[in-house]
Amino acid sequence: METYGPYDPTVDYVPGPAPRPNRGHTGETPLWRPLHMTRRNFLRGVVCSGVVIGGSAYLFSATTPARADTRAVERLVRLTVNGRARSVEVAPNETLATTLRYRLGLTGTKIGCNQGECGACTVIADGTTIYSCSTLTHRVRDSEITTVEGVAGEDGTLHPVQQAFIEEIAPQCGFCTPGQVVTAVALLNRNPNPTVEEARLAMSGNLCRCGAYDHYLRGVMKAAERV
Amino acid sequence: MTDVMHNFELFQPATLADAQAILGDHEDAWIIAGGMDSLDWFKHRVKQPSVLVDVANIPDLHGIREEDDGGLWIGATTTLTEVNESEEVQSRFPALAQAALRVASPQIRNKGTIGGNVSQDTRCTYYRDGFPCYRAGGNTCYANTPTAMNREHALFGVSRCVAVTPSDTAIALTALEAAFIVERGGNRREVAAADFFIGPDIDITRMTMLERGDILVGIRIPGKWAGSRQYFEKVADRNTWDFALANIAMAATMEGSAISDISIVCGAVQCIPRRLTDVESLARGETPGEELETLVKRVAARGAEPLNFNHFKVPLMENLAVRAIRSLA
Repeated sequence: METYGPYDPTVDYVPGPAPRPNRGHTGETPLWRPLHMTRRNFLRGVVCSGVVIGGSAYLFSATTPARADTRAVERLVRLTVNGRARSVEVAPNETLATTLRYRLGLTGTKIGCNQGECGACTVIADGTTIYSCSTLTHRVRDSEITTVEGVAGEDGTLHPVQQAFIEEIAPQCGFCTPGQVVTAVALLNRNPNPTVEEARLAMSGNLCRCGAYDHYLRGVMKAAERV
Repeated sequence: MTDVMHNFELFQPATLADAQAILGDHEDAWIIAGGMDSLDWFKHRVKQPSVLVDVANIPDLHGIREEDDGGLWIGATTTLTEVNESEEVQSRFPALAQAALRVASPQIRNKGTIGGNVSQDTRCTYYRDGFPCYRAGGNTCYANTPTAMNREHALFGVSRCVAVTPSDTAIALTALEAAFIVERGGNRREVAAADFFIGPDIDITRMTMLERGDILVGIRIPGKWAGSRQYFEKVADRNTWDFALANIAMAATMEGSAISDISIVCGAVQCIPRRLTDVESLARGETPGEELETLVKRVAARGAEPLNFNHFKVPLMENLAVRAIRSLA
């Protein structure tokens, strides 16, 4: 058995556990070898096996049960997101945040609490802000949806709100920022000259656990001068 | 990624008749409008109805109309933002406009409906977390034990369950003596606010008289209190999102400097909006002032039976009643 001495700070220790001795095995091939598993490969494996399992479940289910009631919603919907109409298959119990992030790849919209208590998932639907985590996608089939990806100009120029947030160093960890941007844009679309109190009320549905509320508020007021 | 919601069938009927047909065909149907309360139930997997009926696309349930008697009809799926921003509501029933503004957060008000706000389930954390309490069909109350966290619970009308009404607009609507229009199988009923909200002594499993198959079509506010002196105040731990620790809504008409008629309702102290009838009979015919305030303070919370952690609600309620009366001076 190897023995370990006390920790010596001058020695470069190899990270990770010491190699396991190959007990009771006399063959030439070791019983185990390192997988050189990287996080990426691991995730790939998980995704692939998931696809295989999911796919075979689909193949082997003799008949997919038909919708019991034909009046129920269709799964295929057309969503208008950031000015583009996109066809997407949506489950009845799917929220808009999931559809945006995992079917349309618009991962700017964040899921924070997933129960309408933080505002990270805020998007604009027909001019008003909503929590996309607490909205069934089927509900906004006919709405014009704007996410944080659709806020900047076509050529990549930042929206005045985004520029002002950068200048005011509003984001700290940045997780709430997409929601804050979207809420501020919706406010300025409706009311280009808000008072501080109006801005504070409009932004009150977005939590910032870093506590940078005043920075965001200053950003909104700064952006209001520019739009 | 999952929404953690169970699978359900979703219906989005375009007419009230279609909605009723679907409700008639499916025993286990849940009506959803804004979904701000419903989706939480599903995500927590406490309630798992197999069929959802989204009534938001039904035009008959939406909008604000003037009534002949000077009152208003408000469709059940009218959002709280629409109620708050409506000029008719603001000019005639400012207490309701204020109440709608104090609900939750802007995004929730943009989507949450007034019908959903009045008929949402209680916020008792034990019940919400899926404890098998009386309200959930069990045989114990987890909020009324020596160690239970019950600072948000009831002072009055306890019958096994100590949950309180979470709604802000329900308080204002009860003070304005609104009637709730309920449809079932093509039959329309108008239910007074006093009968619409029910306590645990009547049915411990629901907060309103709505039963499976009932659709709340709209709310009719009579012209009686239109343009009267009104007051609404909500006290909560946080200004946004939070539910009331106590709230008060008042409507009063004046004759000179004296109060000729008054309706005052306190919320979050009982399972139903609590009409402060003692305060009303005291105040009628009196002039608001220090003398009346002293008397109001004495009777406002009379009969309260606080639990372990909600004694603070007694002075809170008294002071809210005094502040409402003071606003008339």
